[in-house]
Amino acid sequence: MDFATIIQILDSTVRLATPLLLACLAGLFSERSGIFDIGLEGKMLIAAFASGAAAAVSGSVWIGLLAGIGASLVFAAIHGLASITFRGNQLISGVAINFLASGLTVLLGQKWFGLGGRTPSLEGAARFEPITLPFARALADLPAIGPVYYELISGHSILVYVAAVAVPVSAWLLYRTRFGLRLRAVGENPAAVDTAGISVTGIRYAAVAITGLLCGLAGAYLACGLSAGFGREMTAGKGFIALAALIFAKWRPWHALLACLLFGLLEAISIRYQNIDLGFVLIPVQFTQALPYLLTVVILAGFVGKAIPPRAGGDPYVKER
Amino acid sequence: MTLMKTLLGAAATLALSSAMATAEPAIIYDMGGKFDKSFNEAAYNGAERWAKETGGTYKELEITAEAQREQALRRLAESGANPIVTTGFAQSDPIAAVAPDYPDTKFVTIDGWVEAPNVLTVAFTEHEGSYLVGMLAAMASKTGTVGFIGGMDIPLIRKFGCGYAQGVKAVNPDATVILNMTGTTSAAWNDPTRGAEIAKAQKSQGADVIFAAAGGTGMGVLQAAADEGILSIGVDSNQNHLHPGQVLTSMLKRVDVAVYNAFKEGADLQPGIVTLDLKAEGVGYALDENNAALITPEMKAAVDAAAERIKSGELQVHDYMSDDSCPAGQF
Repeated sequence: MDFATIIQILDSTVRLATPLLLACLAGLFSERSGIFDIGLEGKMLIAAFASGAAAAVSGSVWIGLLAGIGASLVFAAIHGLASITFRGNQLISGVAINFLASGLTVLLGQKWFGLGGRTPSLEGAARFEPITLPFARALADLPAIGPVYYELISGHSILVYVAAVAVPVSAWLLYRTRFGLRLRAVGENPAAVDTAGISVTGIRYAAVAITGLLCGLAGAYLACGLSAGFGREMTAGKGFIALAALIFAKWRPWHALLACLLFGLLEAISIRYQNIDLGFVLIPVQFTQALPYLLTVVILAGFVGKAIPPRAGGDPYVKER
Repeated sequence: MTLMKTLLGAAATLALSSAMATAEPAIIYDMGGKFDKSFNEAAYNGAERWAKETGGTYKELEITAEAQREQALRRLAESGANPIVTTGFAQSDPIAAVAPDYPDTKFVTIDGWVEAPNVLTVAFTEHEGSYLVGMLAAMASKTGTVGFIGGMDIPLIRKFGCGYAQGVKAVNPDATVILNMTGTTSAAWNDPTRGAEIAKAQKSQGADVIFAAAGGTGMGVLQAAADEGILSIGVDSNQNHLHPGQVLTSMLKRVDVAVYNAFKEGADLQPGIVTLDLKAEGVGYALDENNAALITPEMKAAVDAAAERIKSGELQVHDYMSDDSCPAGQF
């Protein structure tokens, strides 16, 4: 394996990890505020569909992005309404959102475009174009640093950089601001926050809205960045892998970044090396494809230690009477 | 009472005869979905052609989960549909289970393999068609490296890949053929994101022509190839129009003809085994205005000459499924 190959695999890792990272951070905000969200998958899916459809109709990726975020926010609001205001079971609400998104996208897609749930292929301004960072071309010929900067860091679509920036911003928001302190407190001990005269409902709705926003970005990246249009069930379980990464990261932003990069790397390796020939034994393709999932189990079972979720997670808050 | 009986009997006879008269054909699409622009869409086009020509109607169903396969067959058989055409190898086992229960209904499996008195198995010589597009790929490639992306890792798809690799090696014995599969479950027929990522990985390994035999996943492969400025080869349907000037050609598998013929014969369909090969124009490669500039007269002449030799039996393309091995490449 030479240097160029490593760069290419890492490049692929960055592309594959981005939707996971955005979804993982989305889950982080929600779960830190005490709202379990297994509907990340559904929100990403509906956002991917809305952005793909809006971009195809309008020809502008920005309108697509707004539509994706909008659709995801609507679904987040449904989840918020069910689990905060009406104190429903958060898991069931999440499952319902996944089913709703899965059915609705295909139904609307077929009705509007007649392509079996797909949206028309996006071209030109309807997609996120790769961005070449300043000096990338000039530095490309430098040994070592050149390829890393030109191939790996430069040349991704804007949402990849947004996702990268979202990590420090999330960490700052959660640990360095008043809002973050309250958000974490609401997830641990909502009664204490309520006693201090702060609205538990308000904080939780804000957290769920942030989740909607981030899922919207993830969905738009899938439909208009990675692919050229929406395809049926295109999230392919990424929302659930993001949840696994979230637990693996123990609900912390920087760790979430590392976890998502690891999952992305495993997937990139399984795509690049289908059969690994070790000389004396041939590792079959089935093994490399199962590797990400296998490692998830191994890592979750043994390496992270005890993952303790926010204490009030899953419990609707009821004011004492 | 007697009158009642007569009336009921008459009504029953009427209902029965009308059901017989309106025995509609039915088609069951596989997981890639009816509009995959490839395999299942070819089947759909065949069904539509029949409907347009005869003015008849047909029933259709799209499989979205493994559990539906047998259930769908039974439901259509119960409703009186005849014949019931299915696409995809995965329908073999359900048909083998259901067919004996409905001896008067004819079943057709395209790509599958069922031996029963009321089942027609339609097979294609995909290795021959793939051989031809493999030759084109080798002639169009500048780097000497070409790629193949299969859908689900099954012998049938390896048959595509193996024929392709043989065609490539026939033109350029030193060429490298990268053979990849998208996955090992039915989901691999409909994962364009992963297809695109594999295409990018193959490009970074030097491939400049990529053949996708992966149903809906191929959409992502063709898109990624167009984005990266390399050539791709479509499959089953003519996919040249998807990215004009950037799809070298398409390996045609005339699923539409198979469906059309089955629908036309209707309930009188002859069960057995039919193989649609190059000679019967069951497979081939697509040439139209979208790829006219990519296929030079020399390339066309070379491929057509090879096609003639295959038709005459002078050139034997190795069929992966005959012995589960491929002389030209490693999966």
